[in-house]
Amino acid sequence: MLKVNVRKQLGALDLDCAFEAGPGVTILFGRSGSGKTSLLSMIAGLLRPDAGAISIDDEVLDDSRAAFTPPHRRRFGYVFQDALLFPHLTVRANLDFGRRFSKAPPDPAAFARVIEMLGIDALLERMPDCLSGGEKQRVAIGRALLSNPRLLLLDEPLAALDQQRKDEIMPYLERLRAQTRAPIIYVTHSMAEVTRLADKIVLLRDGRVVAAGAPQDVLHRADALDSSEAAGAAAMFDAIVDHIDPDGLAALDCALGRIWAPADELTAGARVRLQIFASDVLIATQKPLALSALNVLEAKVATIAAQSPAVAQVELACANGRLWSHVTHRSATALKLAPGLSVYVIVKSVALDT
Amino acid sequence: MSWLAELSPDEWSAIRLSLKVSLTAALATLPVALALAFALARGRFAGKALLDGLILLPLVLPPVVTGYVLLIAFGRRGPIGAFLDENFGIVLAFRWTGAALACAIMGLPLMVRTMRLAIEGVDRRLEAAAGTLGANRLQTFVFVTLPLIWPGILGGFVLGFAKAMGEFGATITFVANIPGETQTLPSAIYSLTQTPGGDTAALRLTMISIIVSLGAVLASELLVRRAARRRGAGNA
Repeated sequence: MLKVNVRKQLGALDLDCAFEAGPGVTILFGRSGSGKTSLLSMIAGLLRPDAGAISIDDEVLDDSRAAFTPPHRRRFGYVFQDALLFPHLTVRANLDFGRRFSKAPPDPAAFARVIEMLGIDALLERMPDCLSGGEKQRVAIGRALLSNPRLLLLDEPLAALDQQRKDEIMPYLERLRAQTRAPIIYVTHSMAEVTRLADKIVLLRDGRVVAAGAPQDVLHRADALDSSEAAGAAAMFDAIVDHIDPDGLAALDCALGRIWAPADELTAGARVRLQIFASDVLIATQKPLALSALNVLEAKVATIAAQSPAVAQVELACANGRLWSHVTHRSATALKLAPGLSVYVIVKSVALDT
Repeated sequence: MSWLAELSPDEWSAIRLSLKVSLTAALATLPVALALAFALARGRFAGKALLDGLILLPLVLPPVVTGYVLLIAFGRRGPIGAFLDENFGIVLAFRWTGAALACAIMGLPLMVRTMRLAIEGVDRRLEAAAGTLGANRLQTFVFVTLPLIWPGILGGFVLGFAKAMGEFGATITFVANIPGETQTLPSAIYSLTQTPGGDTAALRLTMISIIVSLGAVLASELLVRRAARRRGAGNA
């Protein structure tokens, strides 16, 4: 069990966080600037807190005073956002780097297991600059794993990658989660990664822990998640007000096409940001006829992921945008929702940010 | 290469002496330059700008000034020179070791600059990564930092050596122009140009000087470029 209770002044950010992480994947979730990466650096020993303490299984690693275990004695594997492979070493030597200093004899079985799990056996004799971003990140994960860590720290391992690479690595991360006994601390601001990997979420905002617990408990607390943190679940679009109809509705043009919303104080030509929360999106397999909702869009189901035991998160491709909808597994089954299915999306309400 | 065979014993002696002086100067400067380069690239201390300026000074001062300062300080009656003579029996003035000292001082700014650039080019997070993988500071230096800056160190060394081969003003001011003791290649060329009928010999030595210097500068460039390639690779 890792226990963190630290305070650190980082420029304007006053970081003051306490949380615990046990077996499984603990996700530090929050937007950029909320202190996630600094927290990870302190756990790794790359940064020291001003006050507080960090301990693992009752072994004090840093009490912010005299007691300090330097990074190389902590045995925490760290996967950086941009991989940071050693450019002068082959992939094999990169993977072997940690073992050289642990004084452990080579363990070909562990080596084989890790390269098989990460699918990097074909890359072993290459130099890092000949690898794609996704391959680099997989090697970085392998390098951290093979240093035989008692804790694995992953700092937004997918953030620097495009969607295709993200999709390529995600299955490996899911295998990592299933096959690794060491607790994993995973930093991200992507809801998609949270829904696929989290056993526990620590929600950070402006250097404070605002919620912590099981994903379904934290994610359903609307007060804990603000719109940008829930960016995966609440779709956001930049829109332009095309015109205002006499009946008080504004015609908004965005990646989804045309959306109608109460004009309130909008004027034609204004730029606004639309937010559509997953709970406000309904799915119909046939075109709804008599319906009070104004915004009915054609879409295709892209992915379906479990949000909680009862609720599924459905990702919908709609014109040039993406929407998310929360539906019960029962409804998903009844409607035979599957990736590729053409559906109609009913947007119950739209939040506007000017 | 038949003209090489025409080199007189004095000319050969000047070439041999130049190589000995330059190699000694470059080797002796290497650890000092590396330490200074690290201090300037990574250190945070009072007087850093002053130190930077002092190291750079020999590059912009007239060499004769540097030589004269050396003579005042390291001459037999100079404060440092007298101390070395009395306590260690080391005399630098008018000896080949003095020539090496002059060359070392003149080559130092070039060496430090080249090495400093290489060190500043290293992504320090690579060192942090090595730490998280269990490498202590020394191991990180040996297995990560040093391999990444190695071409820069070598490039700086070669450049310092080339500078020493060409050093003239400070050397002749500090240790004069004594054949067989302090008459290096440039000093020998200078003497020959002052001697009636010395033109052919001067031209021969000039050719050798150009070849050695050009080779060294090319080698230095090549190594610096290789260092940049190595470093550039790891950053996605």
